[in-house]
Amino acid sequence: MKMSGNELESTDRSAHRTIERVARESYGRLVAYLSAHTRDVGSAEDALSDALVKALTAWPRDGVPENPEAWLMTTARHSIIDHVRHQQVAEASEPTLALLREDSKEPNMTLRTEFPDERLKLLFVCAHPAIDPAMHTPLMLQTVLGLDAVRIAHAFLISPTTMGQRLVRAKTKIRDGGIRFEIPQERELPERLDAVLEAIYAAFGIGWDDMAGVDQRGRDLAEEAIWLARVLLLLMPQEAEVHGLLALMLHCEARRPARRDPDGRYVPLSEQDPKRWSKPLIEEAEQHLAEASNRGRAGRFQLEAAIQSVHAERARSGGIQWNAIMMFYEQLIRISPTLGTRTGYAAAVAEAKGAEAGLAALAGIDMEAVSAYQPYWAVRAHLFQRLGKTSEAAAAFDRAIGLTEDSAVRQFLLQRRG
Amino acid sequence: MQFALLIYESPEAFAARNADEKDPYLGAWRAYYKALVEANVYVGGNPLQPPETGTTVRLKDGKRRVQDGPFADAKEQLGGFTILELPSLDAALEWAARCPAASIGAVEVRPVSPEYLCRVTGVNQLG
Repeated sequence: MKMSGNELESTDRSAHRTIERVARESYGRLVAYLSAHTRDVGSAEDALSDALVKALTAWPRDGVPENPEAWLMTTARHSIIDHVRHQQVAEASEPTLALLREDSKEPNMTLRTEFPDERLKLLFVCAHPAIDPAMHTPLMLQTVLGLDAVRIAHAFLISPTTMGQRLVRAKTKIRDGGIRFEIPQERELPERLDAVLEAIYAAFGIGWDDMAGVDQRGRDLAEEAIWLARVLLLLMPQEAEVHGLLALMLHCEARRPARRDPDGRYVPLSEQDPKRWSKPLIEEAEQHLAEASNRGRAGRFQLEAAIQSVHAERARSGGIQWNAIMMFYEQLIRISPTLGTRTGYAAAVAEAKGAEAGLAALAGIDMEAVSAYQPYWAVRAHLFQRLGKTSEAAAAFDRAIGLTEDSAVRQFLLQRRG
Repeated sequence: MQFALLIYESPEAFAARNADEKDPYLGAWRAYYKALVEANVYVGGNPLQPPETGTTVRLKDGKRRVQDGPFADAKEQLGGFTILELPSLDAALEWAARCPAASIGAVEVRPVSPEYLCRVTGVNQLG
C-alpha cells in the first residue's frame, strides 16, 4: 500500500509522539531493568539512548511496534551485548557476562510483553548510604526520569560540567563499588526508605510553608518530584510515609497559583487567597494523608503534611488552628530537629501565644547555625516588627534580605522593612 | 579558599546608583553586604565606576595605544567585585545566587589563585 505525503507525515508525527511518550513513561523502567542485571547504570542509559535513536528511524519507516517498550528493551539489550562483544570478552565484567548468559536463555525477548519493574531497586541504589547524599536526588532524576545533567545542574546550582562529572563518578561507584540492586531487608528498610524520601523531597524544593519564602530553587523540579513520589507509591503502596510525602507535596503544589499576585509580587501563605488554591490537589493530598494515618505509623512527612492540611483548612473555615500547628511542630522536632522545623515551630508559637513567646523559641536556636539561614531572620524580623522594636526588626530584615535568592521575595521583604 | 564574585551589571543598574535612599537595588546591596559580613565570609571588594570611565592601554610594536572605555561590546559590564572566604565552590555559588546583581545581571564566580600569587610575589601565603 502506498501512502500519500500527508499520510507519511502524520505517521511520522505519531511515531515521534509515541517515542516521546514511551521515553517519558518507560525510561526509568528500562534503565532499572537493564542495570539491575549489570549494575552498570551508565551503559544501560547509553544503550537506551542508542535504542531511542534507532526508534526514531525505524518506527516512522516500519510503523510503531505493538509493544514499543519491549522493542526498546530488546534493542538496548543487543546494543549492550554488541558493545561487550566488540571488547575482548576476557575483559568483560562478570555482571555483563551474566547478562549475556541470561540473553541466551531468553531468545524470544521480543515476544515477551512483560518484564519486572525494577525501579524500586534503582531508587534504593540511588539513595544508597555509600553514595554521597548530595548526589541521591540528581541520580534519581537522571536514571529514573531521564533528565539531562544540564537541567539538573540548573536546579542544584552547580555548573553543568561539574554535575555531569559527579553523576558519572556516582555511577562508577554503583558499578564498581559492589552496591547491590535489591530491596533492603526489613530491619534496615525504614532508614533506607527515609533516604529515598528525602531525596525526592529535595527535588521538590523546601520552604513553601514559610511566611517569607526560602530558597525556591527546587521549584523547577516540583512536578518531577511528584512524579517520583507517585512511582514510589505504586511500588510501595503500604508505606505510610510515602503517602505522607505525596500529601505534603500536593498540598504545597495546590498553592502554586496563589504565591504570586497578578503583578508577579510575592504573596506569603497567610495572605494568599484560598480561592486561588487548587481544590482537586488539596483533595488528593487529604486522601493520601487519611490513607497514611490509617496505617498508624506517624512520621516526619505525615506531620509536615498535617501542618499543611491545617493551613489548607482556612479555605473552608476562614481561620487557622495555630495550636494544632504548634502541636504538630512539637512532634516534628522530636523526630527531626532541623533548623527548618525549629524555625517553623517558633513561627507557630508566635501565632498561638504571641510574638514574645515566638522570639523565646527562636532564642533556643544556635546563632552560628543560622548565619546563612534566611527563614530564621525573616521570622525574627516579622516578630520584632510586631512588637514595635523597629531597629531590631530592621537589622533582622537586612539579614533576611541579604540571604534571599528570589527577587520577588526580596522586594516583599524590602517593603515590609519600610 | 577565596573566591572572587565578578559582578556584571546592565546600564540601568549603573544608572540606579544615583537613585535615592529608597531604591530597592541599593537596599538589596546593603542587606547583602551585611549578610556577608555577619556570616563571616566577606574578605573585601569594591564597586567600579561605570564602564565609560575606563581607559584601556596596550603597547603594540612598542607604541602606546590608549582607548576610551573597555573593549567588550557586551550589554552587561563589569561593575565591581567581591572577595569571599568560603569552604567550597558550592558555597560560593550559593552566595552568588543571593547577590542582588544575579537577578538583573550576572555574577561570575572565580577561585582566587594563591599558587600563582605565591610564584609572583615569592611569598608563600598558603602557610
